[in-house]
Amino acid sequence: MSATPDAVAAPPAQRNGARSPAARSLAGYARWRWWELALFAALPLSWLLLPAQSLLLNEIAIVALFAVSLDLILGYAGIVSLGQAAFFGFGAYTAALFAKDVLPDPLTGLAVAVAASALLGLATSVLILRGSDLTRLMVTLGVASILYELANKLDWLTGGADGLQGVVMGPLTIPGTALAGFAFDLSGRTAYAYSLVVLAIVLVLARRLVHSPFGVSLQALRDNRLRAASIGVSTSLRLVAVYTIAAAIAGAAGALLAQTTGFASLDVFDFHRSAEVLLVLVIGGTGYLYGGIFGAIVFKLLHDLIAAWTPQYWNFWLGLFLVVLVLVGRDRFVRPWTWFGRRSATR
Amino acid sequence: MSAVLETRSLVKRFGGLAATNDVSLAVERGARHALIGPNGAGKTTLINLLTGVLEPTAGTIRLDGDDITTLAPHLRVRRGMVRTFQITQLFQSLTPLSSLALAVSVHRGESGGWWRRLGSDGAVAAECETLLERFRLADVLDQPVHALAYGKRRLLEIAMALACAPRVLLLDEPVAGVPEGERQEIFETISALPDDVSILLIEHDMDLVFNFARTVTVLVNGAVFAEGDVETVSRDPRVKAVYLGEDHG
Repeated sequence: MSATPDAVAAPPAQRNGARSPAARSLAGYARWRWWELALFAALPLSWLLLPAQSLLLNEIAIVALFAVSLDLILGYAGIVSLGQAAFFGFGAYTAALFAKDVLPDPLTGLAVAVAASALLGLATSVLILRGSDLTRLMVTLGVASILYELANKLDWLTGGADGLQGVVMGPLTIPGTALAGFAFDLSGRTAYAYSLVVLAIVLVLARRLVHSPFGVSLQALRDNRLRAASIGVSTSLRLVAVYTIAAAIAGAAGALLAQTTGFASLDVFDFHRSAEVLLVLVIGGTGYLYGGIFGAIVFKLLHDLIAAWTPQYWNFWLGLFLVVLVLVGRDRFVRPWTWFGRRSATR
Repeated sequence: MSAVLETRSLVKRFGGLAATNDVSLAVERGARHALIGPNGAGKTTLINLLTGVLEPTAGTIRLDGDDITTLAPHLRVRRGMVRTFQITQLFQSLTPLSSLALAVSVHRGESGGWWRRLGSDGAVAAECETLLERFRLADVLDQPVHALAYGKRRLLEIAMALACAPRVLLLDEPVAGVPEGERQEIFETISALPDDVSILLIEHDMDLVFNFARTVTVLVNGAVFAEGDVETVSRDPRVKAVYLGEDHG
């Protein structure tokens, strides 16, 4: 305080009711953009207008939620991970087991799965504090592999390689409201509505988080950990916190999958899950929260289109798409009108 | 006068090389203390030891009489000891405004919050406003840091340290690479800091040192070579020899 004594008295502009440029700009950083509002409006519209696509859309919503989790640690805090499926799978198995053995209520199951995944995230966060990106890739990959093999081995609990079958979910009921008794049907209408609401809530919460001092401190330590510590930011505690939060969100995505499909199998811990969510985020873009949504839409649509056209070679076309995307650069790729113009025409 | 920051027999060895060799240094409350010495004398190593970036091989560091030798770097900052870097260390993807707002929020103890947005506290915005004006960053407050001109980055480097409301300020060559004409201005800002802020300055430019500092410590080969008030040290023939030797070598 002593270094900036004149800051204690508000500048004249502020006393007059008009805000200073700094206050205005700081408010502007967190302002809702038009496209964000459009995106949030599109979520319920997709449910209303595309009833026949509910199963596919549900999958997209779950992958998008999973990608939000990765974006928080990768896009914001700069922590690379190839094992985010550890928390996705842990949430899925927790939700499935909870429904099977304890209580079939989906909301309680979701809460339990989120809490369990958060605890796992907290416990494993110490592993990502030290070392380089390469060690983090290996450690996160290792944790997911360990959980995969545990789920495989503990077949009395998890059903082993057959997966956890016979999970019967109760109807979706929000206590104390008129929203009661929505059963998960085969068309996926209830499932998609459920996943959408969870996705929207998590997005709003994550949005608050990334614009808060905590969220900005994550970007600061991603950019320069030495300097972040030099302005008094506790880098280790921040990383533990964000890793735990991301694990909770990944667990929520896994729980949604298990609850809406009534099934949990080893697949949820598989390496391809971790790799896929990273691809989705790379396609959609990191560090702005919504990359997962756009990435998940593009990824799933590509998958369905190409798989319908040439089922065996889907990976070839996906690979080609990724190479082109990365080489051309996402900014140019989504602005085709800039492809043939002069360089200066871009932005 | 009492020492606010004090080292006793501080040693740092890298293999066989003693980069800091038995340094006992006392920075008085309200000091304008300069640390000078030829290249490789161990000035930056000493700052890194004081701030906790490096761990000393032996010796102790005290801040306000408390032993902070093994305290984590960010906790030393929260106790009021803040540094700037010789090589600019900034948050490249943030703006000057959000960098400063973060630093201000941290020292106000508000940085752990995740529900309210950064700067929703009017006092944070007001402090940022003052710093932006004082360091002539108001016209670039919304530009990403990586797009700033070098001079602006140097200003932001120092502004960020002051945003932490330091009681002890360690300045590691604050005007390194800053054009001649702008150096004096930065020093005027530093000189205008309240008297209760203690400043330890590392600087190569002797004119700036002798204008600014009241106490000077000369470091050579990691050890204290000479110490005293500005007049004494500037007349010391041994110090002149060290610097002349460097200039001509």
